[in-house]
Amino acid sequence: MITKLAWKNIWFKPLNTVLSVILLTASVAIISLLILLQEQFEKQFSSNIDGVDVVLGAQGSPLQLILSSVYQVDAPTGNISYDEAKVWMKHPFVKSAIPLAFGDNYRGFKIVGTTPEYLEKFGSKVSSGKIFNKNLEVVVGSEIAKKLNIKVGDKFFGSHGDALEGEVHEEFEYVVSGIASHTGKVVDNLILSNIQSVWLMHENHEHSETEENPDHGEEGHIHFEGDEHEHHDNGHEAHHENAISVSENGKEITAVLIKFKNKMGFVTWPRLVAQNTKMQAASPAVEINRLFSLFGIGLEALQYLAYGIMLISGISIFIALYNTLKERKYEFALLRVSGASRLQLLSLVLFESILLCFSGFVLGTIVGRIALVLISSTTNEQYKMTFDPFAFVWEKEGILFIVTIFVGILAALIPAIKAYRLNISKTLANA
Amino acid sequence: MQALVKKKLNMIQTQNITFSYSRKVNFAFPDIQTQSGETLLITGGSGKGKTTLLHLLGGLLRPNNGTISIGETEISSLSEKQLDQFRGKNIGLVLQQSHFVEAFSVIENISMASWLATGKKSEEKAKSLLKQLDLEDQMHKLTSQLSIGQQQRVSIARALINEPKLLLADEPTSSLDDENAFKVADLLSDLSKEYKASLIIVTHDQRLKDRFSNQISL
Repeated sequence: MITKLAWKNIWFKPLNTVLSVILLTASVAIISLLILLQEQFEKQFSSNIDGVDVVLGAQGSPLQLILSSVYQVDAPTGNISYDEAKVWMKHPFVKSAIPLAFGDNYRGFKIVGTTPEYLEKFGSKVSSGKIFNKNLEVVVGSEIAKKLNIKVGDKFFGSHGDALEGEVHEEFEYVVSGIASHTGKVVDNLILSNIQSVWLMHENHEHSETEENPDHGEEGHIHFEGDEHEHHDNGHEAHHENAISVSENGKEITAVLIKFKNKMGFVTWPRLVAQNTKMQAASPAVEINRLFSLFGIGLEALQYLAYGIMLISGISIFIALYNTLKERKYEFALLRVSGASRLQLLSLVLFESILLCFSGFVLGTIVGRIALVLISSTTNEQYKMTFDPFAFVWEKEGILFIVTIFVGILAALIPAIKAYRLNISKTLANA
Repeated sequence: MQALVKKKLNMIQTQNITFSYSRKVNFAFPDIQTQSGETLLITGGSGKGKTTLLHLLGGLLRPNNGTISIGETEISSLSEKQLDQFRGKNIGLVLQQSHFVEAFSVIENISMASWLATGKKSEEKAKSLLKQLDLEDQMHKLTSQLSIGQQQRVSIARALINEPKLLLADEPTSSLDDENAFKVADLLSDLSKEYKASLIIVTHDQRLKDRFSNQISL
């Protein structure tokens, strides 16, 4: 009955109520959105780092190198010579080294030349079909297979570079040999082939471009956008016959993912690379930490803003309760006359406020998740990154819940005590 | 006949009660006794402490000295919480101006009073009471949508829902026109008899003085 009374009272003054709830909803929505974004963002970023100690690639921004080679979101820093890279891949400190060569895309999804170990690194298996072992065979990530409805045995042409509108390599057709199992990591949105396939696509360009390419940080593919593909027209037939063996000499790759045998490698190996080559070794953990700390400032500022809004909503609840107290003192006196105890009045006022805050919290949580769905659809289009709106970060959202309810209690405290102390006789006598 | 008289115990009994708001404002009230079903009119000019006495009888104020017994309970010996409960169960109060829980409908206001005192909503009883008071059609309206006369009758229903031993009315008719004033007076008197409650009315309304003979003046 007290609950019902509190509920009815709240809606008896809908304007006050709506204002307070809107403010609360806004603050809770912002905070829960930030919590979810941060948590899932960090989780996605961290899970992709697993098994990569450093990345070997062309000189340039280390963050860019990490973003491009580990997360597949930025353009690569350039290319490195495979011959030179191989020396470092076979270094005694190195436990495993996975080469990556970027070239084409298929409908916006990157085709990456690598080794089957790349798939294993993500804990992914070929769920149907088999791994690529011939040139131009590809394994398609689970998300792509789902979105584009690709099956084993399908064939397609790649487009040049990483732009969707890139020139189509019509002379070579990729064959889907397998579909990778779902991992929730970047590999779900990649098409994997062997490195030779990438070289094959771009053969004959090498000689003219070896000098320019390593510094070519913009597109990072193996040749220029404007290149004519005359050679392919000439050598089409021959290519198909010789496709099985593409010489490694003078070829380039984009990056190598390195895992060390022990900590020693972590300390010395990157320094050796920096001293002896024109390549760089960047640590994903270090770079991503740097990125998060940059984000962190922005997120923190937003979080303060949201808590500020929550404070204002607390004040708004306080003012609403305090103002109506004057009108409601007769009601309170009457309840006392009818047998209500002081504590029941105290709890009535507290309960009204807590009910407001609870509604605000529930609505805010929902609105925050709707926002996350919207953000997720954008990031999915642009970065192939999705967020799960149904995930709960119990600990942080629990704290948020407690804070919200605490705001409610705090706002109602003075009005509630006033109701508790109400002098019934005086109130009724002055009526 | 003898047995019947013995059963009629004093419902209300006060002895030597005094009360003071400050050193200058002191009240000493005459002793009051009423029996169940009986009506007592307390009259007197303003500033004589009519309302104060009513609040003392209703347990809204505590006397400085003296005792107030309702039924077999000496109410000044009750704790604050016990007093709240006792008031809810045994005392019905009708005021000059009716106050309600504005967010509640007529019927909800009445069952709220029942719930606070007994923990039960007794909606059936509330409905039959409203029927008796000719308010059946107003049951689901908000109290602010009723006329003053109707509001006063809702207050009576609310005061009677828990079948109190004592029904207190503070100037119940002063803001009503003649027609409504007599209606309310009749209802108060009839219903208190029906529910075997003592009725004590504090008033300076001449219409009531003419209607009820059992009076004391402060």
